[in-house]
Amino acid sequence: MSVEGTLNASTTGHHVIAVEHLTKTYQLGEVEVHALRGVSVQVNKGEFVAIMGASGSGKSTFMNILGCLDKPTKGNYILDGLNVGMLSRDELAQIRNHKIGFVFQGFNLLSRTSAIENVELPLLYGTTPSKTRFEKAVYALHQVGLGERAHHYPNQLSGGQQQRVAIARALVNDPSIILADEPTGNLDSRTSVEVMEIFQKLNDNGITILLVTHEPDIAEFARRQIIFKDGRVKTDRMNTSRKDATAVLKELPAIDEDIEE
Amino acid sequence: MKTLNIFLSAFRALQRNKMRSFLTMLGIIIGVGAVIAMLAIGQGAETSVQSQIAALGTNVLMIFPGSQQQGGIRSGAGTMTTLTEDDALAITKECSAVAYVSPGTRTNAQIIAGDLNWATGIEGGSADYLSIRTWSVADGDFFTEADIKTAGKVCVLGQTVVDNLFPGTSPIDQTVRIRNVPFKVIGVLSRKGQNAMGQDQDDIVLVPYTTLLKRLTHSTFLRYILVSATSQKTMSLAQDQISDMLRNRHKLTANDADDFTIRNQNDIANTAEATTKILTLLLASIASVSLLVGGIGIMNIMLVSVTERTREIGIRMSIGARGRDILTQFLIEALVLSLVGGTLGIIFGVTGSTLISHLAKWPSIITPFSIILSFGFSFVIGIFFGYYPARKAAMLNPIDALRYE
Repeated sequence: MSVEGTLNASTTGHHVIAVEHLTKTYQLGEVEVHALRGVSVQVNKGEFVAIMGASGSGKSTFMNILGCLDKPTKGNYILDGLNVGMLSRDELAQIRNHKIGFVFQGFNLLSRTSAIENVELPLLYGTTPSKTRFEKAVYALHQVGLGERAHHYPNQLSGGQQQRVAIARALVNDPSIILADEPTGNLDSRTSVEVMEIFQKLNDNGITILLVTHEPDIAEFARRQIIFKDGRVKTDRMNTSRKDATAVLKELPAIDEDIEE
Repeated sequence: MKTLNIFLSAFRALQRNKMRSFLTMLGIIIGVGAVIAMLAIGQGAETSVQSQIAALGTNVLMIFPGSQQQGGIRSGAGTMTTLTEDDALAITKECSAVAYVSPGTRTNAQIIAGDLNWATGIEGGSADYLSIRTWSVADGDFFTEADIKTAGKVCVLGQTVVDNLFPGTSPIDQTVRIRNVPFKVIGVLSRKGQNAMGQDQDDIVLVPYTTLLKRLTHSTFLRYILVSATSQKTMSLAQDQISDMLRNRHKLTANDADDFTIRNQNDIANTAEATTKILTLLLASIASVSLLVGGIGIMNIMLVSVTERTREIGIRMSIGARGRDILTQFLIEALVLSLVGGTLGIIFGVTGSTLISHLAKWPSIITPFSIILSFGFSFVIGIFFGYYPARKAAMLNPIDALRYE
């Protein structure tokens, strides 16, 4: 309690995320793998952070811990004033439900489930009444520009559209942060920029976004860049030359790539 | 997640693999169907045995004399000469719970009619004999009180005897000779068929008991007394009344054992019923083995399903599903499988047993109990065999489930 108390008072007043001396060690047979070797990062509300690094640098592990999918071996993680390390499995599930929105590289939509139902899914695990559920899902789909494709199934949507459904799903519960793990990894460059455009718009509306990527081009759209190396933060800097996705899109040659059938 | 939503998504999940879901359910369908059909057939057998026993007569008590003992040698039941005509008359007069009394004795003899002869059992009875045995004459008359009093040489033949002695002709008013005594045939009994033990009940000649004692066996003691109680409820009362009165008449002290035995028709019925109950139980337990196998089929397919959908579980967990949400989801799927299977099984079992009873002329009775039982059983099987796979799914680590390929 005392740890949480002091952290609450000193460090988390305006931070959405505050991690201190985070370490994560995997036991692979006899070998200990140190994925994180003491990471301390604070993220303020409304930031757009790109987390970069080579594969094996620990950025994905860091993301999974931030997303309450994994627990750190040591260290504290305060999310929105809550010491996550103290929580039970069920409480973590609730945190994932209320405070975190995930966007994955592989979209991770439920197949044979329509776009709107996919977006509604997080609300089903909460306490939202069914009427509001539908309205919220429709609104989230509109935010990512997919309002008219609500009843399409994932296999009827292009990769970019599927990722937008996933973003809508992440948004639907008004989370404190959106965590995106290589959201453009499976997309071509134009669609990638389109997705970044959506993230930038959401960020402009005040939503905190953390994005893991190994593409420097994509990281250019973020306001802040954190580079991981060997389980440690190597660089943590503000992006002074932030690119505007809408502007980039205008310069890109228009390709008719929205495959529908 | 609301229950209705879980049920809907369970239905949808099962619809995605229609063939697999159906094959999984088939185990339960066959199991429940078999249980219902076996219970129906067993129940049918029980009822037909009951009706056969009822054909013995209604509320019948049989009184036999006790066994004789000379020195150390004990003869069998009914060898004592303690039961007399007066005992029978006393029962008629004094026992209020008794409706009809027919003193009886029997012997075997060769009956001659013209140039045909036939060996059969000769049974003596009173005018009330038919009322006790719920029997009737198909042709002619039965003997009367007057025939009893005068030890009249009249007889009533069973159908089997008629078939053998008077093929193609009417035996009424004909004469038959029993041990050289001529008897006038005054009636023919209706056909009664076999009794519960397979004996031909129509192979019989009925004469007044007085005639049988005086003219054929030349004895004075009765082999048995048939009694019917006024109703099913008064049977044990009648039994007590008869017992008390006979002990009194036979001057038995409190220390003496009964010198007679009273057999209750219910005892016979109970024995036969117990036998068919055991049969039913045996059939049903064999059938429930297939229900168990069906349950294991559900567990198997749910385990496959959990492995197959590990990624889906991971996705659901990453967006906030708790362990218990996943548990409920898979449990409900198993439950839907077993309950839909159970419902189809009930339809299958009901149709099957109706078909069997129709084709094999085998009585079958479907009771609501057997339907509730098998439906309840498939519910329990769904929960029991669904729990392990569902728990396995719920215990998955979100990150491991998400990364599962």
